[in-house]
Amino acid sequence: MVTKRIIPCLDVKDGNVVKGVNFEGLREVGDAVEMGISYAAEGADELVYLDISASHEGRKTFVELVRRIAEGINIPFTVGGGISSLDDASRMLDAGADKISINSAAIADPSLIGKIAGKYGNQFVVCAIDAKCMDGVWRATTHGGRILTDKELMSWAKEAQERGAGEILFTSMDHDGTKGGYPCELYARLCEELSIPVIASGGAGSAKDIADVLTIGRADAALAASIFHFREISIPELKKELYECNINVRL
Amino acid sequence: MIAIIDYGCGNLLSVENALKRLECEYILTADPAEIIAADKVILPGVGNAAEAMANIREKGLAETIRGLRKPVLGICVGMQLMCLDSQEGDVECLGIFDAHVKKFEATADAKVPHMGWNSLGNLDSRLFRGLKSGSCVYFVHSYYADLCSDTIATCRHGDKLFSAALKYENFYGTQFHPEKSGSAGEAILKNFIGL
Repeated sequence: MVTKRIIPCLDVKDGNVVKGVNFEGLREVGDAVEMGISYAAEGADELVYLDISASHEGRKTFVELVRRIAEGINIPFTVGGGISSLDDASRMLDAGADKISINSAAIADPSLIGKIAGKYGNQFVVCAIDAKCMDGVWRATTHGGRILTDKELMSWAKEAQERGAGEILFTSMDHDGTKGGYPCELYARLCEELSIPVIASGGAGSAKDIADVLTIGRADAALAASIFHFREISIPELKKELYECNINVRL
Repeated sequence: MIAIIDYGCGNLLSVENALKRLECEYILTADPAEIIAADKVILPGVGNAAEAMANIREKGLAETIRGLRKPVLGICVGMQLMCLDSQEGDVECLGIFDAHVKKFEATADAKVPHMGWNSLGNLDSRLFRGLKSGSCVYFVHSYYADLCSDTIATCRHGDKLFSAALKYENFYGTQFHPEKSGSAGEAILKNFIGL
């Protein structure tokens, strides 16, 4: 059976991996290629690199970086951040990315999912959804949760799947950064509704949280950043704990 | 020198990068003379089997590939093209491996495409020297080759057991992507290079 995947996420600004600390400023935590190689060696199943550069120069640096990542690492990786056209996606594919992740751009123009999937295959397109619960309704947001859209989580996820997304990367903005665990029942409902894999993101504070979202939440993969970057738990330790919970992981 | 057959099937970069990491010399080519002259040949493949097969025929490479007597490795769709035929576009393939390529049927516990890391069983080839049964490798595919006398590794997706790798004489094929399969994949590529 396909194993449950553990995916470290690296935020990249001007070529370096950065991490926000207590919502104040960004700290550089390392070189993007070296960190990727070391996560791969530790047993990460995939990597996600998100470009958070705002400038045009930063974006150009990122494409060069993707090329170096592809040369350096021997596991699949996804790139996201600032991909808003088929041309952007093509540049990432040409640089060696295995998948791209789109979020705000897909909400602004849902046909973008089908355009990219039609050219490069469904497996190339990850649709990221950042949602928030407002008056009992989960709605997709853009711009890091600041702008609420009229798209309801379940129907938007299904639409993305129908348009050709190969995976859904769902982050609850109500749980992201809290380290209090994932909304597992919501994930279970999402997995019930969809036939494509769901990646859980945002909220992990412990191995138990990740085990819960992969079992109760039925997610296919868990993505996390800070617990790995700050060595709160290493990937081998996490996978050992998951294995002991009878979760099928690659050891 | 390894020849990576460049028949216009999309991105060859991941195979190139993997060979670079192993410090192995390679060329990208669609020239029959260069392919025949190489020590080993890799037939990569992404995308649609029928289109890929049409490209191979258009470039006059079907006979070249079938006639090779050096070690040949087909990867993913490249492996499928070496089978008898494929349901993807109902296309007749190269007919090297005695297997038919069929579409997975999605079930609740077997999503399609079959994507991610899955374990290998029944390993039976020098290609897997040093690997333990149960080693995981990376798959991305919606079509699979059924089990046959050429099967040298198996994998299970839902209730379907299929050929994860095939071998006939000097021809090898892997359904998974060794170039994306971490250290296990590197070991397999090294074994191929060392054949």
